[in-house]
Amino acid sequence: MGVSRRHLLASTAFWLVGGLSARAAIIADRLPWAPNAGSPPVPVKPGPWLFFTGPEGRAVEAIADRIIPADPQTPGGKDAGCAVFIDRQMAGPYGRQDGLYTKPPFLKGTPQQGLQSEAGPAQQYREGLSALDRYCRSKYSNRAFAELADVDKDEVLSGLEHGKVKLEGTDGAAFFEQMITDVKEGFFADPIYGGNRDMVAWRMIGYPGARYNYLDWVHRHNERFPLPPVSIAGRADWTPKSR
Amino acid sequence: MAHKLPKKDVVIIGLGWTGSIMAHELTDEGLDVIAIERGPWRDAPTQYPPNYAQDELRYRIRHELFLRPEQTTFTFRNKMDQTALPIRTWGSFMPPNGVGGGGVHWNAETWRFLPSDFVLKTHLTQRYGASFLPEDMTIQDWGVTYDDLEPHYDTFEYLCGTSGTAGNLRGKIQEGGNPFEGSRSRPYPTPAQAQPFSHTLFGKAARELGYKPFPQPSGNLSKAYTNPLGVRLGPCTYCGFCEWFGCGNYSKASPQTTILPVLVRKSNFTARDNSEVTRINIDRSGKRATGVTFVDTAGEEWEQPADLVILSAFTVFNVQLLLLSKIGEPYDPVANKGVIGRNFTHQTISTVNGFFDNKKFNFNPFIASGSIGMCIDEFNGDNFDHGPHGFVGGGYMGQVQTNGRPIQTTPVPPGTPTWGAAWKAAVRDNYLSSVVPGTGVHGSFYSYRDVYLDLDPTYRDRFGRPLMRITMDFHDNEIKQNAFLTDRFAEIIKAMGANQVAKVYRKAPYDATQYQTTHVCGGAIMGADRPTSAVNRYLQSWDVPNLFVTGASAYPQNAGYNPTGTLCALAYWSAAAIRNQYLKNPGPLVDA
Amino acid sequence: MPKRATSIVLGATAVLVPLLVAMKSVVATVPDSQAFGQIERGRYLAIAADCVACHTVLDVGKPFAGGRPIETPFGNIVAPNITPDRDTGIGAWTDEQFDNAVRRGIRPNGERLYPAMPFTAYTKMSREDVLAIRAYLKTVAPVQNQVVTNTLPFPFNIRAAMRVWNALYFTEGEFKPDPQKSAEWNRGAFLVQGPGHCAACHTPKSFLGGDKTSEYLRGSYLQGWFAPNITNDPRTGLGHWSASDVATYLKTGHNRATAATGPMAEAVKYSTSQMTDSDLAAIATYLKSVPGQQDNPTPVRADDPSMVAGQAIYRDQCSACHSLDGHGVPQLFPSLADSSIARSSDPTTLIRMILRGARSVATAAEPTAPGMPSFAWQLDDAQVAAVVTYIGNAWGSAAAPVSAQDVSRARSDLRGRTD
Repeated sequence: MGVSRRHLLASTAFWLVGGLSARAAIIADRLPWAPNAGSPPVPVKPGPWLFFTGPEGRAVEAIADRIIPADPQTPGGKDAGCAVFIDRQMAGPYGRQDGLYTKPPFLKGTPQQGLQSEAGPAQQYREGLSALDRYCRSKYSNRAFAELADVDKDEVLSGLEHGKVKLEGTDGAAFFEQMITDVKEGFFADPIYGGNRDMVAWRMIGYPGARYNYLDWVHRHNERFPLPPVSIAGRADWTPKSR
Repeated sequence: MAHKLPKKDVVIIGLGWTGSIMAHELTDEGLDVIAIERGPWRDAPTQYPPNYAQDELRYRIRHELFLRPEQTTFTFRNKMDQTALPIRTWGSFMPPNGVGGGGVHWNAETWRFLPSDFVLKTHLTQRYGASFLPEDMTIQDWGVTYDDLEPHYDTFEYLCGTSGTAGNLRGKIQEGGNPFEGSRSRPYPTPAQAQPFSHTLFGKAARELGYKPFPQPSGNLSKAYTNPLGVRLGPCTYCGFCEWFGCGNYSKASPQTTILPVLVRKSNFTARDNSEVTRINIDRSGKRATGVTFVDTAGEEWEQPADLVILSAFTVFNVQLLLLSKIGEPYDPVANKGVIGRNFTHQTISTVNGFFDNKKFNFNPFIASGSIGMCIDEFNGDNFDHGPHGFVGGGYMGQVQTNGRPIQTTPVPPGTPTWGAAWKAAVRDNYLSSVVPGTGVHGSFYSYRDVYLDLDPTYRDRFGRPLMRITMDFHDNEIKQNAFLTDRFAEIIKAMGANQVAKVYRKAPYDATQYQTTHVCGGAIMGADRPTSAVNRYLQSWDVPNLFVTGASAYPQNAGYNPTGTLCALAYWSAAAIRNQYLKNPGPLVDA
Repeated sequence: MPKRATSIVLGATAVLVPLLVAMKSVVATVPDSQAFGQIERGRYLAIAADCVACHTVLDVGKPFAGGRPIETPFGNIVAPNITPDRDTGIGAWTDEQFDNAVRRGIRPNGERLYPAMPFTAYTKMSREDVLAIRAYLKTVAPVQNQVVTNTLPFPFNIRAAMRVWNALYFTEGEFKPDPQKSAEWNRGAFLVQGPGHCAACHTPKSFLGGDKTSEYLRGSYLQGWFAPNITNDPRTGLGHWSASDVATYLKTGHNRATAATGPMAEAVKYSTSQMTDSDLAAIATYLKSVPGQQDNPTPVRADDPSMVAGQAIYRDQCSACHSLDGHGVPQLFPSLADSSIARSSDPTTLIRMILRGARSVATAAEPTAPGMPSFAWQLDDAQVAAVVTYIGNAWGSAAAPVSAQDVSRARSDLRGRTD
């Protein structure tokens, strides 16, 4: 179909000295549209770690499983894929601090002034997990975090949370805050991001997921919503069952 | 050396709500208008379609639709004796970017301010005496009245198809509406939205306590609507992905769903996206704007000359452009002189969460819209006697919970551990049976001498221009106001039948990391008197008569309501003055 | 007046009138670029015939200056420059040559035009009509634009072969009104069969690209779309639309049931939205008189796996706009329950809308131009097939089920397309 006026202006720019077209779209005559516009999400694929080393991945899985332990009804953080989520996030723009203001000087501010860290989350995980590993090995007979008994794992995590466990070269409390946030995000985000596998977290709480139409339900007060959760990638019922 | 473009009659900086309204009004007047927008084009079928818009991680947690601090940001400090540091990732407010501005991802809560809000200084002084007000409070009258703006509130509401129940229709109080609101000339264009369970229950509890609850006025429409421009909107489907998100099914009022389809078809309108205006150009006299300079994505500088300049960027960017273009006298808080940057304000927000018996209550919190909720206005503005309380101001309160998105909405009763098996069980047991209002108490934020905007001395943007520095903290007045309101709100939540209520008061110091609405206001305030305002009652710059500055930067202080309805009404009011007076006789509309 | 004077006057008149009549008929068949009435008629007929849409690279090129590639099953044909430029346009042509091209498909050098130029339909116009169009085109700005039109691959570039094609598919002749029908019906028939050339898209074609006249206006695949059945068929055509629905659609691009997208959005924008209300009413009257095939396929059962899956997808992904009862929102989200596209024998358009999305047309009366988002990244072939099958068979309607292979074919076809 027709090409928009912006292309006219862009092409005539070659003909006119100096050009009248900045590098920007000129919006006129009609609402812009092109096929394949927009940016649909790319679901995370299962597979090897993209960011974590083997030992790091195991540590994060173990941490996730203590922050969100398994119970008979709902898997824990590890089986729900929280470590996969964090791994993919660290390998991506969030881990790198893309989009944030990263110009110096980096000065220590008040808590109200927020994060003033040159190191992004990915770097913090690298440093934090390394420091955590050293701490565990030194306190628990050369065992990594993942190898500790659950009660010891909880002791370490609780110690980090309350500032009783100090990590070398890293703010342990801040690192713990980061991990607890990321684990929970992974647990409750859409499964396309690697966590909340099979929407287990959504099933646990009764959240119907990425739905858009509740017009027939807004008047139904105090009733359980019956439909299963759906991810942006769909749900099993979307695929016709073979006879 | 900037490339110079052919002259236009009007250049509009920023194509958000007020930019779109101005563009529409001035093109209707026959003027040749160009709008220059820093961010990209946005539209539902391509940028936020209803098959991937409902992504909490992407849009709420990672802020995808907002300005990237990398492109530009602000610095922040609480007090003047501190060093301001950059806001490296957004926290307490989220500046928009792109065509449609905040109108793309707002909640569409469409309020009017109270008549007394516009004459606040006079009103409060008359009622309580000047000594009742804190000495360093710098509130002012606006220079316009509610009656001046009423027809323009009406125009904006009918543009949007706002869904609501009138409370004061031509002076007569209406059952079911807000009895405190200013008189309106017509009912809302569409009926109020349906209220889900917890919102309805709040209304019932409030009524039983003697209050007069009413549905929050909503730009998420209760039914399909065609606005006066012929643009069609659909009915809101209560998806629960409203604020922070673009609306995928044409049911949230935004420039895209109300004005832009008609605007782009006009032969006398053009817009450029992905173009950042870096300066308003002034002639040698300093009294006339000649146009703007902007930079495209290749870093090339362009000059767009124009006879009339409309500055409609977000609040803080309005002030930044005025300062960087050397328009108006910068505010000096120590000397208490100057106007550009003074009277900067935000909002005083708190909430009370309620935990109910999960065998008796199922709230389905995921069924909601951005401006759902039953509210009461008894504690807003000067709707109650402040004498015994020792503070001024107030806000509406209500069960206005807009969503049940799980990353952010997994409340647990106070005392629950933050992780582990107990936490997980508490989340499971409380998700469907808790009430998490969010901005449950939506209080005013009055202006103070030491809360202001200026240019940062250290940190710069990618062009090397100084970032804006925000110096902001809560004063005792707002903290007292909030404590009182929060306690009242908690009473209603308890009366709903909660087993447990958790009050979350707003406490000082102001924390730039905790989200508290994006209702930052002021810095280029309007007023009747030139020495104490940046623009006159028509939003016309006192210093440069062919420059008008729209948006909430005009607010001398912020009231206890969401600001968008009022700033859009002001835009229509200003456009009318331009069309009916300014164009016939360009020059100052008000004698200084 | 004396008797003798009267008879002189009458006598003179008796001589003059035939002369005048003769002169008038001679004058009327010459395109007169100063005759405003004729130019206006020509402009309107050019709109009805939608000359500008094919003979212009829309939004970029000058009007009527040619250069637009028209996709056919045999390759692309480029539409020539029909501005009055003498060297690169038709400025040097005689009226006879112009008429031969438009109504007989013959160029001045004797070469045959391919039926991408719908002379098979334009033959219905009268010589007067065509010369009025010429009068209008003579007033259009001349543009220097040399267009290479011989772009079909071998063996289709042998224009002489058109002789045979014409013998099979071309019936020359002006439109003959049917005295049994109303003036309105006849006007509609003329517009549809003649300048409107609706059959060019909406009548299915033989393998040689000629009209299958027995299936007149029952829908046809072209350029990656399926132009739907526009007979009065109750299931797959306009049977459920009132004449007013049809006229509203042509005028504004939208009605309570559907929205014009793709090539029809172009036809609405450049042609039908600019026609008079009475002409659009006439077209509606005529189209609703054309009988459809009136078939009644068995609906796919609700418990069929495709229907069950399709319903789940529909609830989760489609109902927020098109509503649970399939009726959508009038003039905003098409009513799938009333949609003939949803029940077409060829599901190309529906599949393509789902995979690709589309922007509907904006007209002055309907400026909203709502867009359909793309689902290609989200739904696989079996899922698209399921939801298409569901849409065709829910709400009391019936349509043949669609397979995953149908969708896969559509996906491949779309890959290189730009619309």
